[in-house]
Amino acid sequence: MNPVQAVGRSTLGMARTAGAVALFAGRGVAAALTPPLFLGQLWRQLAQIGYFSLPVVGLTAVFTGAALALNIYTGGGRFNAEQIMPQIVALGITRELGPVLAALMLAGRVSAAIAAEIGAMRATEQIDALRTLSTDPFRYLVAPRLAAAVIVLPLLTVVADIIGIAGGWSVAVASLNFNGALYVKNTWDFLQSWDVVSGLIKSAVFGFIVALMGCYHGYNATGGARGVGRATTHAVVSAAILIFASDYLLTSVFSHK
Amino acid sequence: MTGPMGTGAGPKLELRGVKKRFGGKVVLDGVDIAVERGRSLVIIGGSGQGKSVTLKIAIGLMRPDAGKVLVDGRDVTRLGGAARRALATQFGMLFQGAALFDSLSVWENVAFRLVNADRVKRPEARARAVAALGRVGLGPEVADLYPGELSGGMQKRVGLARAVAAEPAILFFDEPTTGLDPINADMINDLIVEQVQRLGCTAVSITHDMVSARKIGDEIAMLHNGQIVWRGPTAEIDDSGNPYVDQFIHGRATGPITGGA
Repeated sequence: MNPVQAVGRSTLGMARTAGAVALFAGRGVAAALTPPLFLGQLWRQLAQIGYFSLPVVGLTAVFTGAALALNIYTGGGRFNAEQIMPQIVALGITRELGPVLAALMLAGRVSAAIAAEIGAMRATEQIDALRTLSTDPFRYLVAPRLAAAVIVLPLLTVVADIIGIAGGWSVAVASLNFNGALYVKNTWDFLQSWDVVSGLIKSAVFGFIVALMGCYHGYNATGGARGVGRATTHAVVSAAILIFASDYLLTSVFSHK
Repeated sequence: MTGPMGTGAGPKLELRGVKKRFGGKVVLDGVDIAVERGRSLVIIGGSGQGKSVTLKIAIGLMRPDAGKVLVDGRDVTRLGGAARRALATQFGMLFQGAALFDSLSVWENVAFRLVNADRVKRPEARARAVAALGRVGLGPEVADLYPGELSGGMQKRVGLARAVAAEPAILFFDEPTTGLDPINADMINDLIVEQVQRLGCTAVSITHDMVSARKIGDEIAMLHNGQIVWRGPTAEIDDSGNPYVDQFIHGRATGPITGGA
């Protein structure tokens, strides 16, 4: 194949995929916003995606906060600025690391699980069965997952923000001789509500991406067990890439405010 | 099987000039077939001849490239959304692998349409599910098990109970005996005949199992190379005079049908 052909083919393929994902997302959102709604399913997904992700998000946040504190302390020391460490940690966690790391953990945990579950349902004709039982799979399967992830990831991010800052605090107090009360006061005085809110807006978008990639790849899985495996991998990889790309885009939009 | 369902003349379900291709491969090349109210039609044919695609198009899981699907004389080919869901309340389908929802218990599977589409209260839905299970020879103790805990034969029965729970007007059966031992296969055949008679509904089945076809069909049609090559009453299948049918029902390797499809 000549190189021009190869470039053309892959460009067309990407355009086709982007269109298919956009259509899928549109159908999912429409299903989430119009009745009939499946609130029982939404409740189940809130627990699945949100509550059961707390440990992994919390652990990630505490270690990241602690490591960030050490790095900034060391780096700040090069120009005698160790004392602004609490402020930088707070900023880094709320604006960037809290939302992104919580989303990445969810991409691993939730996108994969959604893709595998819906993919297996596709392979065993359960999705067809839903339709023969007068139930729209977009309403029963896709909409509750999209809604749950959009609701729950900002909440998990709040938890990650708090635990991440607490991680920084514990390192500062335990081994860097910071005064605990002063650390909290410095952080609190410095943080603006937009630092937190912008992070939460990002995380709502990330939540949508995480659930959308899981649903899209699972729903379109073909070829039995191998297809389900492929769908799971694609879901995680594409969710992670889209999280990073949209993180940059949103950050650049927010920084002009 | 007699006992007309609904009113009005004409066939209950009809496919007209249905064509379907996947990539470059033509699977259905103008299928014309109609099923009268209250009759049971079995479509036979080799693997890869488009039986499953025909069934999926008839029930609306797949759209044809050309041609029409009519239910009670009404063109439903392009129906979507709420209208499609409303039409689907007339249908019941038993899938080849039963396609039970493995995250739900047996009774929740059987009562799925009642709970999720018809919004029947759970205690009433459960009672109706247990009654439906009883009709396929399963006791109430099965109701709270999960599909993964059942044998293949029991899963098929639960699938049948789910298909008939909301009293459909048309029942579809996708290879109902595939994967079952001869005794379980015969039980499923008996249950299918019994349920179709009880409901007085129209039935469309696809199978390559001739024992099953003879038992559950009033009529048999043979699909080959994307077209219906023969159709007639079950009693006449041995004297069809059609070389494709003869080769298929006797399971001969040589004849007009060549392998590879």
